[in-house]
Amino acid sequence: MSLSRAFYAIIRRDLVLALRRRSEMANPLLFFVLVITLFPLGIGAQPNLLEAIAPGIIWVSALLAAMLSLDSLFRSDFDDGSLEQILLSPHPTSVLVLGKIIAHWLVTGLPLLLVAPLLAVFLGMPDSALSVLLLTLLLGTPVLSLIGAIGVALTIGLRRGGMLLSLLVLPLYVPVLIFAGNAVEMAGSGLPVDAQISILISILLLALVLAPLPVAAALKMSIN
Amino acid sequence: MLEGKNGSGKTSLLRILCGFREPDAGEVRWCGEAVNDSQFYAQMAYVGHLDGIKKELTVLENLKMALALSKPGLYSIEAALDKVHLAGFDDALVQTLSAGQKRRLSLARLLITDNHLWILDEPFTSLDKQGIALIETLMVEHVVKGGMIILTSHHDLDLHDVDVQRINLS
Repeated sequence: MSLSRAFYAIIRRDLVLALRRRSEMANPLLFFVLVITLFPLGIGAQPNLLEAIAPGIIWVSALLAAMLSLDSLFRSDFDDGSLEQILLSPHPTSVLVLGKIIAHWLVTGLPLLLVAPLLAVFLGMPDSALSVLLLTLLLGTPVLSLIGAIGVALTIGLRRGGMLLSLLVLPLYVPVLIFAGNAVEMAGSGLPVDAQISILISILLLALVLAPLPVAAALKMSIN
Repeated sequence: MLEGKNGSGKTSLLRILCGFREPDAGEVRWCGEAVNDSQFYAQMAYVGHLDGIKKELTVLENLKMALALSKPGLYSIEAALDKVHLAGFDDALVQTLSAGQKRRLSLARLLITDNHLWILDEPFTSLDKQGIALIETLMVEHVVKGGMIILTSHHDLDLHDVDVQRINLS
């Protein structure tokens, strides 16, 4: 009955589930790609303008795609009683929940990272900004999953929690958006971005350590 | 065994015992200690209204997950499936099973994990006559081995020689 075994079992289970519900899991990625491809059409033939706002477009789309995917984090477990079984496990809930969040990021966050270079080229982003864009996505999207998990855990028991979830979570996403967007923009102009990256790393570490505890507590509250 | 009319609080009481709800007054203790500080969760298993199994996973995957979350019990997965008459269904997706088979699968979870206390909320729902008799046999077996069961049921329980303590909530 080791904790690490339970932790990996949860991650593996959620990845298998994601694989068997492919269409549901592809939604956030499709949304991300669609929104970004619509911008050049809406703005028209103004490559300079597009290039200037590209970091913002990509990051806002990533943020909304993450919001869209949040409900799937605990919904099916809540509906079929698996969440009750996870909470009844003698293992610390926060660790098991962290496993679920990691699996969620692997399924919804990581794919954004893989298609982002293509979309960056599409928006005419300078090459110098590309690596920084990927780095900010790598550091930022796990934070979106971690913070989002707190919001979902709080609202999962509500019938129409969607609106409340956005209100709870979006303000907490703002620091990530500001620092990540700014880093990509600065990199595009050839300026150093060490400070922004350091801040993103610290936000990620802080979220990694602090988020699972309130998520576990909120799930216990939501389930009664 | 908890008895009482619909709405008398049977399920609520069971959920309080599981720690899902806070009692308005009083405290839940296990072996003299408050449940949160004790080994309670390592020694109990709960089957509620929801089966707690994933329909997109196979029978085997579901039981392996249950096993990863708690201590292994007396029965291996194969033996437990045999016991609840689901042998041969290992690789079947749960969504292809009938409601009664799903119920038996969620009860198989009780056998593969090590636990003294079974908390069962209407365990006989959607089971046929043979299914009910089977679960009653398993319950007698568990009690004879020194186990303990708290349950609610609208079905007349037939546990042979086992002394059933009944608490009426209405």
